[in-house]
Amino acid sequence: MQVAPSDTSALNAYPPELRQLLFQYVLQLADTSLILGHRLSEWCGHGPVLEQDLAMANIGLDLLGETRSLYQYAAELEGQGRTEDDLAFLRIATQYRNPLLVEQPNGDFADTITRQFLFDNFHYHCLVQLRASADERLAAIAEKAVKEAAYHLKWSSEWIIRLGDGTEESRQRLDKALASLWRYSGELTTPTATEKALQATGLIPDYAALLPKMEAHLAHVFEEATLPVPQGVFMMTGGKEGRHTEHLGYILAELQYMQRTYPGLTW
Amino acid sequence: MVAAAPTEERVWQLLEEVLDPEVPVLSILDLGIVRSVRVEGEQVTVSITPTYSGCPAMNTIATDIRLRLLAEGITRLTIHNQLSPAWTTDWMSQAGRDKLEAYGIAPPVDGTATGHMLNLFGKDTAVRCPLCKSAHTHLVSQFGSTACKAHYQCDDCQEPFDYFKCHA
Repeated sequence: MQVAPSDTSALNAYPPELRQLLFQYVLQLADTSLILGHRLSEWCGHGPVLEQDLAMANIGLDLLGETRSLYQYAAELEGQGRTEDDLAFLRIATQYRNPLLVEQPNGDFADTITRQFLFDNFHYHCLVQLRASADERLAAIAEKAVKEAAYHLKWSSEWIIRLGDGTEESRQRLDKALASLWRYSGELTTPTATEKALQATGLIPDYAALLPKMEAHLAHVFEEATLPVPQGVFMMTGGKEGRHTEHLGYILAELQYMQRTYPGLTW
Repeated sequence: MVAAAPTEERVWQLLEEVLDPEVPVLSILDLGIVRSVRVEGEQVTVSITPTYSGCPAMNTIATDIRLRLLAEGITRLTIHNQLSPAWTTDWMSQAGRDKLEAYGIAPPVDGTATGHMLNLFGKDTAVRCPLCKSAHTHLVSQFGSTACKAHYQCDDCQEPFDYFKCHA
């Protein structure tokens, strides 16, 4: 796309160390929305009904749009001449920084809805806070994305309620989905060393302040869905530091195939 | 062709001729995505803002702007992608809203954005059918044929139609 980025002069105001931290964090956000967006795109043409097929494709597209803004910013922060495409297509799995939740397979519709709801509840509330970041570029990206994330969270919340308080079959599937995916929810709000350092500067939201809002929304949705909130589950982490489940490799194999096979390919 | 240095007024006139590739009855000015035009000598700078983050039309729109201005001899063009303030349907012109409805797409109903209230299973926005003008319509899905539209159906004439979502 031949559109020039917004004003980049602000970047030089950061000391190199902080700029590097910010690059890591923006990359993590970009990887996260790219991988989940890709997962949702896998549903295209396979949804349970046309309207929900379209919904998942739409949400995937929103996430992909957010991804591009983030990778473009990450490339500028890095300042090594890499482009958004290089960052998306030419890094290997251990260099990806997305949390484990978003790389989990689509499974059935209940699995996809559960994964989406757990992510949306974090994503939306995090973007609300990120809008106030002193980093103008991140704040602008969040301001744009939060409007879309509100639609996503509404959609996935309503589906949790429909499936949980639905038929015996839908409930049983949702229980199964929660039993396998809940363990990945804690990573979203478990800060890495990079996140801790940035939280200390106030550039990104403090997750401790975010949690009560996320928990309140989740409690409301689960109550409507007649679901108990899982307790005492060991939380899996590592994705944000490059330690992934086996699933990510398969995603990247498909996502990066064309650029790996025909380097520099454009159309 | 050798053109005199362009004026801002002339650039705005040319931009009026650039249409939205998805909804070709709307110009990009009707949509409210052109935020500013600056002319300094022969250098022209146009700032545009995306409707939705992932809107695939933005690439085409940037190319169309370039081609339209190039046809007038404007070669020194920079297109800025401006994210903030974020686009809102409040910026859509009244002419644009009328053209949308005549085209068969219900225009945004102001003040009905999902906002940050997350009104679960709340009442659907009352949208007038663009064909028979009935107010008896219902939401089929928040997510329609493109990111900016929801899918509705009219309860009187039964016609399914697109609704350009309020985005504020």
